[in-house]
Amino acid sequence: MSDASERLLSTPPDLVRRRRWGRAFELVCLGTTVVGVVFLAIMLVDILIDGAGWLTGTFFTESPSRIPSRAGIKPALAGTLWLMGLVALIAFPLGVAAAVYLEEYAARNWIQSVIQTNIANLAGVPSIVYGILGLAVFVRWMFALTGGRSVLSGALTISLLVLPVIIIAGQEAIRAVPGSIREASYGLGATRWQTVRHHVLPNALPGIMTGTILALSRAIGETAPLIMMGALTFIAFVPEGPRDAFTVLPIQIFNWASRPQDEFRNLAAAAIIVLLVLLLSMNAVAIWMRNKYRKEW
Amino acid sequence: MSPEDSAKTLRHFDQELDDLRELLLQMAGRAEEQMRDGLTAVKRLDAQAAQQTMRADRDVDALELEIEEQAINLLARRQPMAGDLRTLVAVLKISNDLERVGDHAVNIAQCAKRLAEAFPMAQPSELDQMADLATGMLRDAITAFIDRDVALARNVCMRDEEVDRYNDTVFRLMLARMAENTNTVIPALQMMLVARNLERVADLATNLGEDVIYIVEARTIKHRATEIEGEFDQ
Amino acid sequence: MPTIKVTAEGTPALETRDLSVLYGETKAVKSISMEIPRNKIVALIGPSGCGKSTLIRCFNRMNDLVPNARIEGQVIFRGENLYAEHVDPVEVRRRIGMVFQKPNPFPKSIYDNVAFGPRINGVNGDMDEIVEVSLQQAALWEEVKDRLEVSALELSGGQQQRLCIARALAVTPEVLLMDEPASALDPIATSKIEELIQELVKNYTIVIVTHNMQQAARVSDYTAYLYLGELMEYDVTDKIFTAPSERSTEDYVTGRFG
Repeated sequence: MSDASERLLSTPPDLVRRRRWGRAFELVCLGTTVVGVVFLAIMLVDILIDGAGWLTGTFFTESPSRIPSRAGIKPALAGTLWLMGLVALIAFPLGVAAAVYLEEYAARNWIQSVIQTNIANLAGVPSIVYGILGLAVFVRWMFALTGGRSVLSGALTISLLVLPVIIIAGQEAIRAVPGSIREASYGLGATRWQTVRHHVLPNALPGIMTGTILALSRAIGETAPLIMMGALTFIAFVPEGPRDAFTVLPIQIFNWASRPQDEFRNLAAAAIIVLLVLLLSMNAVAIWMRNKYRKEW
Repeated sequence: MSPEDSAKTLRHFDQELDDLRELLLQMAGRAEEQMRDGLTAVKRLDAQAAQQTMRADRDVDALELEIEEQAINLLARRQPMAGDLRTLVAVLKISNDLERVGDHAVNIAQCAKRLAEAFPMAQPSELDQMADLATGMLRDAITAFIDRDVALARNVCMRDEEVDRYNDTVFRLMLARMAENTNTVIPALQMMLVARNLERVADLATNLGEDVIYIVEARTIKHRATEIEGEFDQ
Repeated sequence: MPTIKVTAEGTPALETRDLSVLYGETKAVKSISMEIPRNKIVALIGPSGCGKSTLIRCFNRMNDLVPNARIEGQVIFRGENLYAEHVDPVEVRRRIGMVFQKPNPFPKSIYDNVAFGPRINGVNGDMDEIVEVSLQQAALWEEVKDRLEVSALELSGGQQQRLCIARALAVTPEVLLMDEPASALDPIATSKIEELIQELVKNYTIVIVTHNMQQAARVSDYTAYLYLGELMEYDVTDKIFTAPSERSTEDYVTGRFG
């Protein structure tokens, strides 16, 4: 019996060399991943160390104060929840409708291409631009409707911000519904609306929801546009209506982080933890929904 | 060359069909030889020729079995359509008919044997002519098959009538001879039998001709469909 | 271009007159005139790209869904041109149904799949009965009658295709178009579908596109052979497969090209 180097199926030398290159590449990828994760971990741990101890009951029930031990995030948290709620109410229907129109109804001509390109571009516009827009249009020009620097104005601004994302996600989800289903529906004598209503939307909805939640979780951290259009940095009350003034968690965090005292940095860290928890919950819901309703076509 | 011609694929089935045709032609050749030997045996009262005729029958029968088996296999495996299907069905029928030609040749050879032992009698020239005609028809039918020659096949079919007339003539001649001289009864009878077998062979040749027409004519090579009313712009 | 008539009784279920389909500048179907006889099975055969799928989709205006498809000529159904100004394609598709190559049941229950057609067309009546009758016509009732609420996606490929047939039958069409209905199925499921087709033709007119010549030979009464968008030959199936008139047909049918 010949030795190992002679056997038919054992690794030839050039394959050994090729494998080495592959292994090196694999290690580089692993290394960069590890580096990224490590930095993230360091940041998280740092935040936790700084802020965990400050997550007391009063933290959630008190308003901001000059005295750290009495400061809380109640108005900011309320403002964030108000804002997210309104944004969902405004952006979701608009985004879904636009996505349905673009995918199912619009004729595939140059106008549609122009619209499509512009939506994609809008998704990349820096958020501060939306802030300027919000200030000019919603706060000043539509003062009568929105009440100026109110939650409503903020919600409208942020809705515009996330609308492109929702539209694109919606389009993707609608496109993922196989053409064969549509064909089957049309073949039975269904109108376009019947097909959309009974087949396209129900099957695209999980994807649309996932996209929406992810868009919202981006919006939750937006600071610059809200500052731009006037979310106040120091308010002590919870908004009671859409036309009330407001503040949000990121702004509160920014405010505290710029104070000299160390305790305020801890407060900021604690608020960051709350924000992260909100964010992670929303993402978890999105992932759960995606997994539950994922269809094997 | 039409676009269809250039895109044609050469198939294994074409080779198998060719092989089958070769076998059939082999069988046809043997059958023709049998007829030639049998008729020689009659003309020259040649016992050896008669023996040869009868021995060859075994081969002809074997060829028929082989052709039948191959044709059935091709039908099952290749599911032929149109021209291929017609060819295969015709090959089965032709091999059957050729086997019968061989049997008739054997009959003729047996007549020759009996003639050799019987009262010597002159053979009528009509019988010679009839033999030439019948074997000519067989030859031409096979040629028509090889060349897919429909005109020749039709021609073969038309000659059958003449062979039938020769048959009648020989029959009457032999009857007359038997009446003249009772010694000639046995040889005359053999002559009648030979004529009868030749008439059968002519019929089989006609069948062959008709099969050739079936293979070829159920399709037209020209680009003109007979069901269409009017012209097709090509 | 004269119409190719196949001798059959009664008025044809469908008739095309100089029908052409253009995608941009390319003609996928070139001036085809043919009649589809009532209560018969007509098979459309031909090599890939010959236009048979495009042609069959003209019969229920499914080509309307293709953005740059343009139709010239006429398709006559019940004395009306399907492509006339006033004709509503949705109404056409109710009367001329279609079954597709890959089974495409909706991700709903078996019951809801069959009931969808009648429901959206505003058919009132005993839905349970409609579902049962349709499933029976599609030779599927016995296999699913105890689990109508189960998702259609849990059925086997052959069962799904029969479900799609039941679904199409539920709106009681006159003509059933089948675009390679068995090509995605295994041989046993295929032969079940073929048996079914031969039963259905008693009540429906059927046009079937198939790339499987033996299937066309087994199942159809008439066969039309298309090549590069043209109707090369159209005749009784027996004749097409034993003695076709056109050289092109002979070459295709004996497998010498395509």
